[in-house]
Amino acid sequence: MTSQPSSVAVRPDGAAARSTAFQRWSVPALTLAGLAVLLWVGQSGALTKYTQTVIMFMAVNVIVSASLNLVNGYMGEFSCGHGGFMAVGAYVSSVLGVLLFAKDRVFGPPLLPPEWALVGFPLIVLVGGVAAALAGLLVAIPSFRTRGDYLAIITIAANYIVISAVENLDVIGGSRGFMGMKRVVKAMGRAWDLPWMLLWSFGFAVFTLWILRRFVYSTYGKGVMAICQDEVAAEIMSVNTNRMKVAAFMLSSGLAGVAGGLFAHIVGYVNPGSFGILKSTEALVMVYLGGMGSLSGSVLSAVLFTLLLEALRPLQIIKWIVIPLLLILLMQFRPEGILGNRELADVFPRLRRFFRFK
Amino acid sequence: MRRSWILAGTLGLALAAPAWAADTIKIGFNIPMTGDIPKVGESSKYAAEMLREDVNSKGGLKVGDKTYKLEFIYEDNESKAESAVTTALKLIEQDEVLAIVGPNSSKQAVPAGQVCDDNETPMISPWSTNPDTTKDRPWVFRAAFLDPFQGPVAVDFATKTFQAKTAAVIYDLSNDYSKGLAEIFKADFEKKHGAGSVVAFESHGTKDQDFSAQLTKIIAAKPDFIFVPDNYNQVALIVKQAHNLGWTGPFMGSDAWGSAELMELCGDDCKGHYFSTHYAAAGATGATKEFIERYQAKYGYTPDDVAALTWDATRIVLQAIQDTGGLTGDLDKDRKAVRDAMAGIKEFDGITGKMRFDEQGDPIKCAVVVKINDQGEFVFTESVCP
Repeated sequence: MTSQPSSVAVRPDGAAARSTAFQRWSVPALTLAGLAVLLWVGQSGALTKYTQTVIMFMAVNVIVSASLNLVNGYMGEFSCGHGGFMAVGAYVSSVLGVLLFAKDRVFGPPLLPPEWALVGFPLIVLVGGVAAALAGLLVAIPSFRTRGDYLAIITIAANYIVISAVENLDVIGGSRGFMGMKRVVKAMGRAWDLPWMLLWSFGFAVFTLWILRRFVYSTYGKGVMAICQDEVAAEIMSVNTNRMKVAAFMLSSGLAGVAGGLFAHIVGYVNPGSFGILKSTEALVMVYLGGMGSLSGSVLSAVLFTLLLEALRPLQIIKWIVIPLLLILLMQFRPEGILGNRELADVFPRLRRFFRFK
Repeated sequence: MRRSWILAGTLGLALAAPAWAADTIKIGFNIPMTGDIPKVGESSKYAAEMLREDVNSKGGLKVGDKTYKLEFIYEDNESKAESAVTTALKLIEQDEVLAIVGPNSSKQAVPAGQVCDDNETPMISPWSTNPDTTKDRPWVFRAAFLDPFQGPVAVDFATKTFQAKTAAVIYDLSNDYSKGLAEIFKADFEKKHGAGSVVAFESHGTKDQDFSAQLTKIIAAKPDFIFVPDNYNQVALIVKQAHNLGWTGPFMGSDAWGSAELMELCGDDCKGHYFSTHYAAAGATGATKEFIERYQAKYGYTPDDVAALTWDATRIVLQAIQDTGGLTGDLDKDRKAVRDAMAGIKEFDGITGKMRFDEQGDPIKCAVVVKINDQGEFVFTESVCP
């Protein structure tokens, strides 16, 4: 036996340990560069509004799939009610935004000067996320005693509970839907003319990836993966599984709520029908397409899925034959998804030379 | 490397080519060809395609002193709100259409209307009934009458025909159309017959199959008739189950009954009942009759109201384009001219009736009440005008 194989195996880790200033700053610098490009694109009109909207939906989908990956991938549970948490976030942030910053038929004049939306917007999106995180308790608490298929059914039920609750709340439009968010977005634009929605979508997507990465790879967050491997063993090894589950479910649904808030402000109109079981299924598709337990996989699949939906438009009805067929083929030949439990840096170890993302 | 550049260049040119082709007018269709209601998108597309062939076979559309070929671009909005937004933006920016027809259901028409209004592109929704679609949006129009008009039509007709003093309502809580119409109906009926005259007001969910609980309550309240503002697939179930529970009185429905599939699902149970709608296929005359016969010959089934409304909506767009008196070629100016012409249409003689637009862009037009006869046809009974 030569020492050749072991030195190859060691090298990536060794490289990661000796992180240079370049590695440390490459991701923040890339993020800033991304923001700058988006800013330029939005201001100069280099990309049409259509392309910009597709980019925004891409960011929303990144948040949705990455956050669902925490529960379905890293924790190994099967949650299929992600749409419901998006709905909570969407409605809470929309109602708050309209209440605070826009004139409305139901709520009357805004409570705060509309210009404050500039500062208020990220806050209301975050409040929507917090509300969705609280709604996540609906699933987190039953998960103490149930697992697998039974928990999956509970998550579907949670989705239906949220949708029915919204449908029966006439104050926020019931099944008619709720609108007025465009006025909040326009108020931001009037206060300072920048492509705010583009910037915030990108910003929140990066925020989501950062927080998930920090959580999953922290000593505390390793408990999530321990639960996935063996819950009983994790319990014996002093992981407080109940607390771990609450944290994972609340973080996951809270981020879904953030995605919902962004979605509502991009579309400018929310309707309970938009967050039904179909939306949850889309989120699931993105997670399994990208690979469970892989953040970069979730990003790749969300981007790919959004692009596919737009790129295959010319096929019209056939599109919905081609996309599911692609999924079947993928599951047949690569059941673990595009990246499957590995990150981009595991597949291409040389990438580690260039960045460190924690 | 070089070869790929050449390839990319050729592809780019090939894609750009249609944009250079002169003398065509592009109209976008933002319709649901997949998703919950694909039949609606299909009807819209078929009707529009028939109209396009008509105009192009006669050489094209004459605007001012120039004749243009029509190019219709059909985009699928998957009957999703977010997709309707991207579809509208794609039509406006990538395809550079002059005007947009659709989306059909309010869930998509409300957000897409916002996009069209923001980007100053005329839009006309054939089928959307939610007031928010056109409200305070000068660039957005519609071809269907609104529920606040349809509700009273049902009330007046039932009062007169059934000599009704009391009514019961069963509606779909999660369908905004059904819920809105049920509430308008209740308010209007109680205004005319006194409080408490709507003896039962029962709701159900969209995917429900069993309505016996609601129907038992309704039948126990002994109303003079039952108002069912539901989609045709649920109507079939509700009417059958009511008959099984011993109900023999009349039903009154709304325009969502008017699908080609209603009679297949409902059969004999639905015969003899009435509903208000946009047009009556059986017993139609003139242009309406011609449209129905040609559509039937071409596609093999009687056109439903969406097809008829799309036909009218698209013709309104064409009429408005002609009324501009000539296109400049500058898209922004032309879109403005088309919008102004559309708002200024004095009277439009459509196959779903004569109409003109009010200041909100909503049509002022008549509704018809049809009876389902023993052959299962929808026969014209009465026309109610505002």
